Amino acid sequence: MVQFTVWDIFSNLLIATEWTIILSIIAFVCGGIVGLVLLFARTSGVRPLVFVTKIYIEFFQGTPLLMQLFLFFFGIALFGIEVSPWMAATMALTFWTSAFLTEIWRGCVESIPKGQWEASTSLAMTYFEQMRYVILPQASRIAVAPTVGFSVQVVKGTALASIIGFVELTKAGTMLNNATFRPFLVYSLVALIYFCLCFPLSFMAKKLEGRLNVAR
Amino acid sequence: MSLVSIREVRKSFGPLEVLKGVSLEVAKGDVVAIIGRSGSGKSTLLRCINGLETFQSGAILADGLEVGGMHTDVRELRRHVGMVFQQFNLFPHLTAAGNVMLAPTVVNKTSKKEAAEIAAEMLAKVGLSDKRDAYPSQLSGGQQQRVAIARSLAMRPKVLLCDEITSALDPELVNEVLRVVEQLAKEGMTLILVTHEMRFARDVGTNLVFMHHGKVHETGVPKEVFAAPKTPELQQFVGGIG
Repeated sequence: MVQFTVWDIFSNLLIATEWTIILSIIAFVCGGIVGLVLLFARTSGVRPLVFVTKIYIEFFQGTPLLMQLFLFFFGIALFGIEVSPWMAATMALTFWTSAFLTEIWRGCVESIPKGQWEASTSLAMTYFEQMRYVILPQASRIAVAPTVGFSVQVVKGTALASIIGFVELTKAGTMLNNATFRPFLVYSLVALIYFCLCFPLSFMAKKLEGRLNVAR
Repeated sequence: MSLVSIREVRKSFGPLEVLKGVSLEVAKGDVVAIIGRSGSGKSTLLRCINGLETFQSGAILADGLEVGGMHTDVRELRRHVGMVFQQFNLFPHLTAAGNVMLAPTVVNKTSKKEAAEIAAEMLAKVGLSDKRDAYPSQLSGGQQQRVAIARSLAMRPKVLLCDEITSALDPELVNEVLRVVEQLAKEGMTLILVTHEMRFARDVGTNLVFMHHGKVHETGVPKEVFAAPKTPELQQFVGGIG
């Protein structure tokens, strides 16, 4: 029987960590782009747009991420389209992330005083111009800290992709456990790696929050 | 021919009717001071003129454009009707010059260079040439309000609406703003002001409008109206102010 050293386990986990990081970044960036589009729709005041966006957000916030992964993985397959675990995980995490980011950002947009909208309206600016030149430059300052804070949730959310067979950190942990029968050691190392990924992010969010308080 | 023509405008917030058939004609070069108790509908009337508020019936024509009309380009309307607010509402992330330049560059597609010239001209007009690179947070209330006036003027509006623009200012800062408005009046700018500055309304205004319970209650030449108010409500209002 092959003997695994702690280093063997750890180095294999690190290799899988790469996929956790890649999945996190893609979900966060794509989720951010989709979230920004949704934000414009959500705050547009155009009733049908607001309505559709609300339903979208309610769906992705109000159902478990795991179930969303299943829906993308098994659901799309029902239409005869082959979906790889990678695709399903990317799509589910992107949409899930976008729903939360839209809500975070909507809060930031709505915290901008009404007078800013009225002044820019009076200057004949359109909704897009107001968002682009007046509202978002101010709202984005407020949004940085909670957005970075939420990225921690995205990193942890990628762990669920292991259940549909995508090999990232958690899945690698499960596989190594099956080979070594040392669950406590393996999952401790897995947890440690997640912590090392997330701590800098939450630390940065804290720092940014502090900086915002002294900003003008 | 009136520059702004308000005819029988009615406006309700839910069950509360705040404008009960207001009519008002403003000619080019007029300086109209609207006075009245809080809740008399004066700010709402002003906000109807540039379409910040909608109204249920009646009509408003501003520079020939029907406010709230089916075929009216609201963007075109607002380019001709400037507005200055009680709370300044400067854009805090932009400098004084940046505030003034934004609408010309974004809305009118003026070049940066030309917009900078407009900003310099307008800031000079309000006496703040030395503050072009200051952010709103670095300016006093009076200076902020003067930048706000410059920002409106940069769009070269035909009429400027001023909504209690000195009410949020410390008393010692009121005059610097009023002097700017007075200068604008002298240059022939059409102004519609909602104000609590009675002395200013009397000295600078060409028309006085006293609003009461959502209606134009009394109107006339400011000096005459103040000297001899006809209605008991205005007598009481003027008397109450002292």
